[in-house]
Amino acid sequence: MKSIEEIKSAIEAAIPGAGVELIPNPSPSGQHSLRLAPADAVEVARFLRDDAELAFDFLSNVTGVDWPGKEITEKVKVTRTVTRIVDGVEQQVEETVEEPRKRVEPGCLEVVYHLFSMAKKHGPIVLRMRTVNRTDQVELPSVTPIWRSAEFQEREIFDLYGVVFTGHPDLRRLLMWKGFKDHPMRRDYVDPDDFEYEPTAHDSVLARAAAHKAAIGGVAQKGTGAGE
Amino acid sequence: MTTPAATSAFLREKMEEGWNRPPIMEPDGEAELLEVAMGPHHPSTHGVFRMDLALDGERVIRLKPVFGYLHRNHEKIAEGVSYLASMPYTDRLDYICSLTNNWAYALAVEKLTGQEVPERAEYIRVILGELTRIQNHASSIGFLLQEMGASGTPLMYAFKEREKILDLFESLTGSRMMCNYMRFGGCRVDVSAAWLDAARKVVAGLPGFIDEFENLLSGNEILMARCQGVGILRPELAVNAGVTGPMLRGSGVNYDIRKIDHYGIYDRFRFRVPLGDHGDVYDRYMVRILEMRESIAILNQALKEIPGGSIMDPKAKIRGFRPKPGEAYGRIEAPKGELGFYLISDGGPNPYRYRVRPPSLINLTVLEDMCLGSNVADVVLIFGSVDIVLGEVDR
Repeated sequence: MKSIEEIKSAIEAAIPGAGVELIPNPSPSGQHSLRLAPADAVEVARFLRDDAELAFDFLSNVTGVDWPGKEITEKVKVTRTVTRIVDGVEQQVEETVEEPRKRVEPGCLEVVYHLFSMAKKHGPIVLRMRTVNRTDQVELPSVTPIWRSAEFQEREIFDLYGVVFTGHPDLRRLLMWKGFKDHPMRRDYVDPDDFEYEPTAHDSVLARAAAHKAAIGGVAQKGTGAGE
Repeated sequence: MTTPAATSAFLREKMEEGWNRPPIMEPDGEAELLEVAMGPHHPSTHGVFRMDLALDGERVIRLKPVFGYLHRNHEKIAEGVSYLASMPYTDRLDYICSLTNNWAYALAVEKLTGQEVPERAEYIRVILGELTRIQNHASSIGFLLQEMGASGTPLMYAFKEREKILDLFESLTGSRMMCNYMRFGGCRVDVSAAWLDAARKVVAGLPGFIDEFENLLSGNEILMARCQGVGILRPELAVNAGVTGPMLRGSGVNYDIRKIDHYGIYDRFRFRVPLGDHGDVYDRYMVRILEMRESIAILNQALKEIPGGSIMDPKAKIRGFRPKPGEAYGRIEAPKGELGFYLISDGGPNPYRYRVRPPSLINLTVLEDMCLGSNVADVVLIFGSVDIVLGEVDR
């Protein structure tokens, strides 16, 4: 099999201007990956499947990863003018101090694909794609028209992570029920307290349920059977 | 059978969109469609699984599988506990084959950390993995026959043999089905000479069982009439839909991960990969029978050659370790298909991301394609020939 660098240059040669970035993997597994720009992803995927030499006809695994936004505290050097008393005289002095500053690194949702070739019996090659953010720009192109095996797996990612796959023929929740809101595999997901309601609820359980109800804005999950 | 090169030529030809989608079927005439929810408590669905069917008389016009009745978010649970603590949970994925689940997970973690496995432990894994494959295939054929209406007898023949294998598992691991046996870099306890003798005795009895099973079934007129030409899966679609395991090989695609990846020590054993011709229910049945025979060949070699030595590096850390940041995807040929685990480590004691690639779920992608146009009674058979376990489908 070609090395990951060769595959990257093959993609760039076949699709000029395709956004492909090599992501090294420091683990002993040595499975490096290519991050695709979502705009060219379908074209790149079709090239990988149909190229006679690469022939990645088997998309084995599709999965999501949640990277929440991180608050990073770093020290920044700041120069400012302060008034000090030097030798009994008040003076304006320039002083450099280190100041902690908080910066929020925006989060994203990532989708990871593991491709193999049944025709050439090689693989894996790992592809990944990232959404712009985790809230309103969560669309990624679907590869289901190219590899049917993505059909249920993309539905699962849509269900559990909330990535919206444009071009998917049947994008519905896979594992959770129809009226369910929220995406349980996200790192900041909060379990509903009320879904195993005890018929003779203890006060502590009721208190927890009330606190939870308040936390999610007074709307309990539908269909959970909790006091509805 | 299509050669690999022909497969990709086929793909290139079929560039138009939608070739890999199930066809849209129209009812004959003005007949009203009958919508049937088959499951989740239907006895043939192997657990809690539902198929929403649209029927034109007896003919299936549409079939939509509905999942999630057994969903407990195994992946989320695993992200909250240490690497070792997920090992017993993997038993509950495909609860018929807990040892191969253990193996796939151990393999993925070993890839992530770069651990080596001693030779004796590799042999033990192969022995247990192949015993698991035999008992899975035997019981899945038993269930298939049960669903065909052969109430009890073939299933009990299969279970009689399965019981002997489960006894071996129990005496080694302490549990019949929830074995929790493999560890990162080896196995939990060593096998004794007495256990190996007992295993040899069980394996020596297996060819006789398969002969008897085949005499009973393979040439049976009813089985042939019900299975041949039913639920045909074309190899091109099977590859494109990510179907793996006996189902893929029943369609004639030569792809066995034991031969491709040579994970563990599979390059040392001589065995053949049985392939089907037509991709129908009968071919899948036959591939499973032949795979059992090949597993016996592997078992005979492994039980003969198993070396002494340790089953685990004494310095290996199995608990409380923190893999370096990175990721790994490890996969094995589980009895039902490609079982893979994808792990991302952020340097902490718990996996940052833990993903199971479930063969049962992905093999069901083509269920609708195989069932369209056939009778409801055949849907039961086609579904049975996929061989799924809901613990793995819904995770």
